Amino acid sequence: MPKMKRKITFAQAILEATGQCMEKDKSVYVMGLGVTDPKGVFGTTLGLKDKYGAERVLDMPVAENGMTGIAIGSALVGMRPIMTHQRLDFMLLSLDQIINNAAKWHYMFGGKMKVPLVIRLLIGRGWGQGPQHSQNLCSIFAGIPGLKVLMPTTPFDAKGLLISAVEDDNPVIFIEHRWLHSVTGVVPEEVYRVPIGKAKVISEGKDITVVSASFMTLEATRAAELLSKDGINSEVIDLRTIRPMDERTILDSIEKTGRLVVIDGAWRSFGIAAEVISLVSEKAHKYLKCAPCRITFPDIPIPTSHALTGDFYPRAIDIINTVRMMFGLPGQSEKEVGICHESPLDVPDKAFAGPF
Amino acid sequence: MAEERICELYPEHEIRCPVHICIGQEAVASGVCANLTKDDYLMSNHRSHGHYLAKGGSIKAMFAELYGKASGCSGGKGGSMHLVDLSANILGTTPIVAGSIPVAVGTAFGSSIKKENRISVVFFGDAATEEGVFCESLNFAALKKLPIIFVCENNLYSVYSPLSVRQPKGRDNLALVRAYGIRGAMGDGNDVTEVYKLAKEAAAYVRKGRGPYYLQFNTYRWKEHCGPNYDNDLGYRTENEFLAWRKRCPVNRFEKELIRGKVIDAQKMGALKQEIREEIEDAVSFAKSSSFPRPEDLKSYIYA
Repeated sequence: MPKMKRKITFAQAILEATGQCMEKDKSVYVMGLGVTDPKGVFGTTLGLKDKYGAERVLDMPVAENGMTGIAIGSALVGMRPIMTHQRLDFMLLSLDQIINNAAKWHYMFGGKMKVPLVIRLLIGRGWGQGPQHSQNLCSIFAGIPGLKVLMPTTPFDAKGLLISAVEDDNPVIFIEHRWLHSVTGVVPEEVYRVPIGKAKVISEGKDITVVSASFMTLEATRAAELLSKDGINSEVIDLRTIRPMDERTILDSIEKTGRLVVIDGAWRSFGIAAEVISLVSEKAHKYLKCAPCRITFPDIPIPTSHALTGDFYPRAIDIINTVRMMFGLPGQSEKEVGICHESPLDVPDKAFAGPF
Repeated sequence: MAEERICELYPEHEIRCPVHICIGQEAVASGVCANLTKDDYLMSNHRSHGHYLAKGGSIKAMFAELYGKASGCSGGKGGSMHLVDLSANILGTTPIVAGSIPVAVGTAFGSSIKKENRISVVFFGDAATEEGVFCESLNFAALKKLPIIFVCENNLYSVYSPLSVRQPKGRDNLALVRAYGIRGAMGDGNDVTEVYKLAKEAAAYVRKGRGPYYLQFNTYRWKEHCGPNYDNDLGYRTENEFLAWRKRCPVNRFEKELIRGKVIDAQKMGALKQEIREEIEDAVSFAKSSSFPRPEDLKSYIYA
């Protein structure tokens, strides 16, 4: 019997998945700034160099575009690189290589070559990270044919999806929210896969479909629990894969609930929420009982001061009140619904004391 | 000759993609590729017909690709700017300036990790050396002593923009690569013998595992940046400049050299040309008679 009850953090799940992929396949290698440093990308690459050698676990020059091209070239000749970026914001320089080359090499050369490349991008928030250290630009990648985009929420999915990503023959953008890294969950020790392109219904409900991904799924789940006290049963769907999106799971849910709210931890316009709402409007319009809603960041650069970020980031109470509005109920305060914050809003938990 | 044929055929409007003709620059492709083995990897840019043919790419598959046919080397998905032939280890050509340079370095990195005995070669133009990713690529290639030859074809213009508006006067690329610890050489890109000799030295050095090598050749494109015509009338370069370079035609020059050196006589040269002409015509007929991709092929190969 496998030890099904073992609990580890999201970060440990990433580390374990990476190690197991490297163990299984000699062509897998890890490259990124800081992957061999004493902190090991928040613990997600710790010890890999000692175990697999400096040739397969390498720190790299600060040259995001060039190094992405180099990863692509190595993938074309049979390697399976896992690149990591400690902040998404820094890797924007590599959009040329990702969009022009990685995403298209298979298609534009008539299927003759493939680019099995995983790019791990960390996003985050809080502790004053500000305009250039906390952007979630997932929709840029999700808008590009040829790329796959994953955003796991749980440690279980983090491990299973990372293994699927490494084994996939396409370029995969793997986005991790920093505030999920310390979250624990049950993770089997053996190698397993979570399929790419499949969403997960976290809780079943008949009244409203709540679609979310990554860290915001935790807020959505919290909101759903509190809403159930008022008799509103939410079906929370964790997308897990952003592209290709699991349309079937979303549409099946809408057919049942007739209501949709999408929570997206990114900017409002031209984003994932807009995409999900378009999908439902096009393909399940007849089931909708009221207009869909999206809960997102406002279309404003992300500020630094914690005096400003409190209002910037949507949280469970915003989800609750949006849903209540959709049911014609008046809004409530956090106190009224029973939310109290044990730690300040700019940290994921009490133990967190910066600087990241 | 293949390029001349493309220029003749282009007005028929059956080749319906941009073509970047390399007439005038043939010596670089030939001289460098003569030093490569089939196992060596090649990558290149938009002006790549010469590189592709010199490395042994299928001429039939190239013409079919220009015609947008299913039998083209990229199945009609790529066109002139996206040539590939895995049987000759031509791993792809792309038009984004300097875009294929780091990818080629990556192929050398892959060979190096796998401890394979092959080298990579990447061709690019003078403007590519202005891109940041060029320096990023040099840096990593030098850091890991990768088996790659960087080949810069300096044809003086990026589309219509001359070097004078793009690079400081006297910019010394050999000094630049030397700063990374990369050995380099510069030569006459219209003299195939000189290109061959320099590339031979470079290939020997790289094959010994001593690290990357940079070659730069001055040369000149005769035709317009993109398309089958001459464009000296536009005024971005002078007719006299063009005529001076045309006098130094690398193909005529080498032909004369071969005949003068009695390597080949005029009759044999004629026969050889006839053979090439026939090969080109075969490729053209193959391309013209091939089928177009089917509508359902639009959606093939988005994902592997």
